[in-house]
Amino acid sequence: MITLAGIHKAFGPNRVLRGVDLVVPRGQSMVIIGGSGTGKSVLLKCILGLVQPDTGTITVDGQDATTAARDAFLARFGMLFQGGALFDSLPVWQNVAFRLLRGSLRRPKAEARDIAIEKLRRVGLKPETADLYPAELSGGMQKRVGLARAIAAEPEIIFFDEPTTGLDPIMAGVINELIREIVTEMGATAMTITHDMSSVRAIADRVAMLHGGVIQWTGPITEMDTTPDPYVQQFIHGRAEGPIEAVR
Amino acid sequence: MTLIFAPLRGIGRTTLAAFAAIGRIAIFAASAVSHILRPPFYPKEFVQAIFHIGYFSLPVVGMTALFTGGALALQIYSGGARFSAETVVPSIVAIGMVRELGPVLGGLMVAARVASSIAAEVGTMKVTEQIDALVTLSTHPMKYLTAPRVLAATLAVPVLVAVGDSIGIFGGYLVGVNRLGFNPATYLKNTRDFLEVWDIVSGLWKGAAFGFIVAVTGCYYGMNSGRGAQGVGRATKAAVVAASVLILATNYILTEVFFSA
Repeated sequence: MITLAGIHKAFGPNRVLRGVDLVVPRGQSMVIIGGSGTGKSVLLKCILGLVQPDTGTITVDGQDATTAARDAFLARFGMLFQGGALFDSLPVWQNVAFRLLRGSLRRPKAEARDIAIEKLRRVGLKPETADLYPAELSGGMQKRVGLARAIAAEPEIIFFDEPTTGLDPIMAGVINELIREIVTEMGATAMTITHDMSSVRAIADRVAMLHGGVIQWTGPITEMDTTPDPYVQQFIHGRAEGPIEAVR
Repeated sequence: MTLIFAPLRGIGRTTLAAFAAIGRIAIFAASAVSHILRPPFYPKEFVQAIFHIGYFSLPVVGMTALFTGGALALQIYSGGARFSAETVVPSIVAIGMVRELGPVLGGLMVAARVASSIAAEVGTMKVTEQIDALVTLSTHPMKYLTAPRVLAATLAVPVLVAVGDSIGIFGGYLVGVNRLGFNPATYLKNTRDFLEVWDIVSGLWKGAAFGFIVAVTGCYYGMNSGRGAQGVGRATKAAVVAASVLILATNYILTEVFFSA
């Protein structure tokens, strides 16, 4: 279970997070929605220690994220980045098996390659893809490789940062389905940030809406459409009028 | 009054910013050294960096040294002719190359080629979240990106300087023999007789210091790159400028240390 309590984070005068409280139950898929620039990515980065919160506590299964041994703590996580964040200088299979080629999870090279090819197959990519470089792949294929890398070491917790941004609707649907299947079959805890409502409906067990630096609403996906919360209603229906000010 | 003090304030602000930047680079450099000394080590990345920084810089350093050696021979000959000292050409070319021009010009050429490429590469990794990805994959960016490059540059640039020195002296020899009419055997004898081991070793130490500076500035500005193409462009430019200025300043300090009476 991931627990965030009173998380504040400011960048200069810009107070991005102003007291975020959120609980992500173990084995559940939590999707955080909210407009661009509301601090969704910052929130994920705070949990991973990529950004230090100014105040507040983050615990994962009761363990304080800021004091935990970094390697062991990060070994529990996998992350799919918005742009894939694949390493240009490495072929696809070494990207996928990055964690298995070094550090505490190190495996023999042949075994790491076999696992990488198996994970590529799991995300619908052929073994021939393994020896290509990221620059030779389409955007959709890069997302799949990023997904294969995120699950390669079988993490307990997986983060997805805008998994369908920049993809056509069909490829977005494929990625959503893959995420849902993988999270279910691995029994992993998942946190996804997105403003793509089709992703939300395909991936989420629970939804949290981040606005104004705080969680405005959280609840099961089944209650998202019926909640009277005006922020959620405006966001999910894409209305220009409402409590969320649209910059024109 | 405000108008009088405005330029002074500007100078003060710029000076403080420069000192702050030097301080940040010094802290970054100390961190890089500590990561070089502590495991885990990444030998594959180190070997790749050696090739990139050392081997692939050989043509540009060699060409620079060749033409510099030749030009130096011409200058010393024409200058020396004013007080009938043309015969000092071989020894001054050799001493000038190994003590000063080999390390400094080699360092500057490597700064142009390597600091820019490291800053652009690492900066692009930063803006495309590849550095964040490294962290989530339990890999410390300082260990994986900075330490191998800094170690490789510190070891490779003295070798480049040694090769550059030899080629520069050869350039002087070619001009001396073919253009200025020196006897080949005499030219080589004068070169050998007046060159001391410390002349060569001091140049190699300078090369090591310049290699360290090049890689540290490249990595520092890359890691602190701003967003987007413009951010990477600025980081690249800043890395080359900082590396060049630091090389010239360090060269003066090391020359004082090595050769002051």
